[in-house]
Amino acid sequence: MRLSCDIEVKPLTRVEGYGNISIRIRDGRVEEAKWEVVETPRFFEAMLAGRRCGDAPLLCGRICGICSVSHTLASIRAVENACGLVPSRQTSDLRLLLNHFETLQSHILHLYFLAAPDFLGQGSVFPLVKTHPDEVQRALRLKMLANDGCDIIGGRSVHPVRAVVGGFTVLPEKKQLSALRQRLETAAADLDATVELFAGFSVPDFTRETEFVSLKGEGEYPFIGGRLVSSDGVVKEEHEYLDMTNEYTVPHSTSKWTRLSRQSFAVGALARVNNNFAFLHPRARDAASFLGLAPVCHNPFMNNAAQVVECVHVVMDAVAIIDRLLAADPDDAAVRFEPREGVGVAALEAPRGVLYHAYEIDGSGRIRRADCVIPTGQNHANIYHDLAAFAESCAAKGMEDREIEHLAQVLVRAYDPCISCSVH
Amino acid sequence: MNESGRNIRPGGERNYLGVAVPRPRVAFLELTSCEGCQLQILNREAGLFDFLDLVEIADFREVMTERSEDYEIAFVEGCISRDDEVERLRSARERASQLVAFGSCACFGGVNQLVNRIGGHGRAGKVVYGDFPVDARGVSEPVSSFVQVDLFIYGCPVRKEEVEKIVTDLVLGRPVVYPSYPLCMECKAEENICLFDLGEPCLGPVTMAGCGAWCPGNRVGCWGCRGPARDANMEQLFAVMERHGFPADMVMERLECFGGFNRYLDRGSTGTG
Ligand code: SF4
Ligand code: SF4
Ligand code: SF4
Repeated sequence: MRLSCDIEVKPLTRVEGYGNISIRIRDGRVEEAKWEVVETPRFFEAMLAGRRCGDAPLLCGRICGICSVSHTLASIRAVENACGLVPSRQTSDLRLLLNHFETLQSHILHLYFLAAPDFLGQGSVFPLVKTHPDEVQRALRLKMLANDGCDIIGGRSVHPVRAVVGGFTVLPEKKQLSALRQRLETAAADLDATVELFAGFSVPDFTRETEFVSLKGEGEYPFIGGRLVSSDGVVKEEHEYLDMTNEYTVPHSTSKWTRLSRQSFAVGALARVNNNFAFLHPRARDAASFLGLAPVCHNPFMNNAAQVVECVHVVMDAVAIIDRLLAADPDDAAVRFEPREGVGVAALEAPRGVLYHAYEIDGSGRIRRADCVIPTGQNHANIYHDLAAFAESCAAKGMEDREIEHLAQVLVRAYDPCISCSVH
Repeated sequence: MNESGRNIRPGGERNYLGVAVPRPRVAFLELTSCEGCQLQILNREAGLFDFLDLVEIADFREVMTERSEDYEIAFVEGCISRDDEVERLRSARERASQLVAFGSCACFGGVNQLVNRIGGHGRAGKVVYGDFPVDARGVSEPVSSFVQVDLFIYGCPVRKEEVEKIVTDLVLGRPVVYPSYPLCMECKAEENICLFDLGEPCLGPVTMAGCGAWCPGNRVGCWGCRGPARDANMEQLFAVMERHGFPADMVMERLECFGGFNRYLDRGSTGTG
């Protein structure tokens, strides 16, 4: 018998924010496959207008609790770019280190708390405390390390306070950095075990050719600022971000959608690994090969593997940054910042993909116009088209509807969508 | 503070200092928010599962698939900005014997309520979405505008230590007490350098203590995310600010940011409430 089914997942659980999946298949034909974003809008861009530009980072952090560091840092960079302020080497290093700890915290939360239960046959991390105590303890150790890192550099892990336009209000003590370095080194064993765990999960065999967008690595794996690249060969400067995003509205989403060379594109860990594989730390590349991840990978389920690879990379790179900071003579915590009229654009790799903040600042140092383009916003269209293609492939295989329902959720979850952030 | 109808039904028992105490069933509900307060629950990993062991989690959509509508305590994060949120909030109110406004978005509207000062969702929607229609109520409001709230946990974000203490008090039936004094007292006890001496503005003189002077401890002035201290002397705040050269509009921008001081601001005066 040819498959007919109606699948409604309303709302999807174990993701940040509210989104719905609906799939309708009749006689083996997909009539509808939809990803709906129903999160409530918050209008941050409108609220930013008229504010002092130095206050923007504090407000923008509140766009998202999980990636508050990225929003704060992107906001700071947009203001600094507008005002022609170039941060010190020490500040740049500390920002990158802070961003690394957030990437680690966000990826570990997603991998162990949100994604892993799907592969271990549970509905949440809570039963895993009993069935998989080692894995849960490991997740907590890694997450705690990441949060402590954010605390030590940023002053707190959600909505960092120390990172401001010009630099930092307080610097971490050298002995705190040394202690962090030690913990990062011992985390290597936990990371190896994480690689092994995820290598053991069976990943659905599904590919859909996709355009991947990220910052462009030039000498190193990129996180903060620089040029933009797509796997279809588009290269743009940071300030040309609008040519990379092309936002538009669709009726079934309170988040805007984006496109570039095709009907949709993807950002995030998989896009970064695909576009910048050569710049990964050698240990991260080893992890990738162990996980069966080689560029360019067009299987969206492999975003989980890409996050694991990035966990290895950021931990290794964090050690190198701390070494640099410990070896250098301490510089001033911050440089004085004088607001001035101008336009500033910041592109930054948040855990879920490239994030843009762009501000126009007036002569009195207030924001005239603000624009923020969120990673998950850029992924919505791709999730939508992936779901349709995936439903087709399931229907063609005559898969059971329960299995389709399960895998469709695993697919969307693999993107690690941050929905409330995309509807800012 | 928390006298109203505590009829927490046991969802299992656990021991506390040798005494059996009920494990209430709790739900986490999110409205318009950044989910940072929920994230705080998952932080402080060392004691995470001990803390979670105090309660039985019935619903926590962000991290679990099994969801139940049978619970006693509802932690509501976020403010109300759409009609369907009112419905979800009301149904949580019907189910829970204790409804907790969790974080400043829920308590005061949080940063979201800034939209009310620029013409509400209609005008802001035009700025962000152009002519694309946006489904929203017009203004962003705290949960107490719609249902009775039994307990407020302030902060943007909430402080996990405080949440742990409050939840423990709630479970053990102890009264929940907040500091009524201003942040400056806590800040001085921490021996921080006063931000005014560093040439920065700070709302510490009028803000409710309880966060451990989180921002001044990091050399950042307070923005009043926890709302006003009891008997907050606003006139004095404006005077202190003026003396240090901070214009009134700068003070207003801070006071309006999280919504906690709205009852002073909306009166259109800087006088004490
Ligand atoms: S109070 Fe602050 S941290 Fe909590 S949900 Fe609202 S914006 Fe996020
Ligand atoms: S820093 Fe702020 S909270 Fe601390 S004493 Fe000074 S005014 Fe009060
Ligand atoms: S210092 Fe002020 S702004 Fe900072 S957490 Fe405490 S109350 Fe909130």
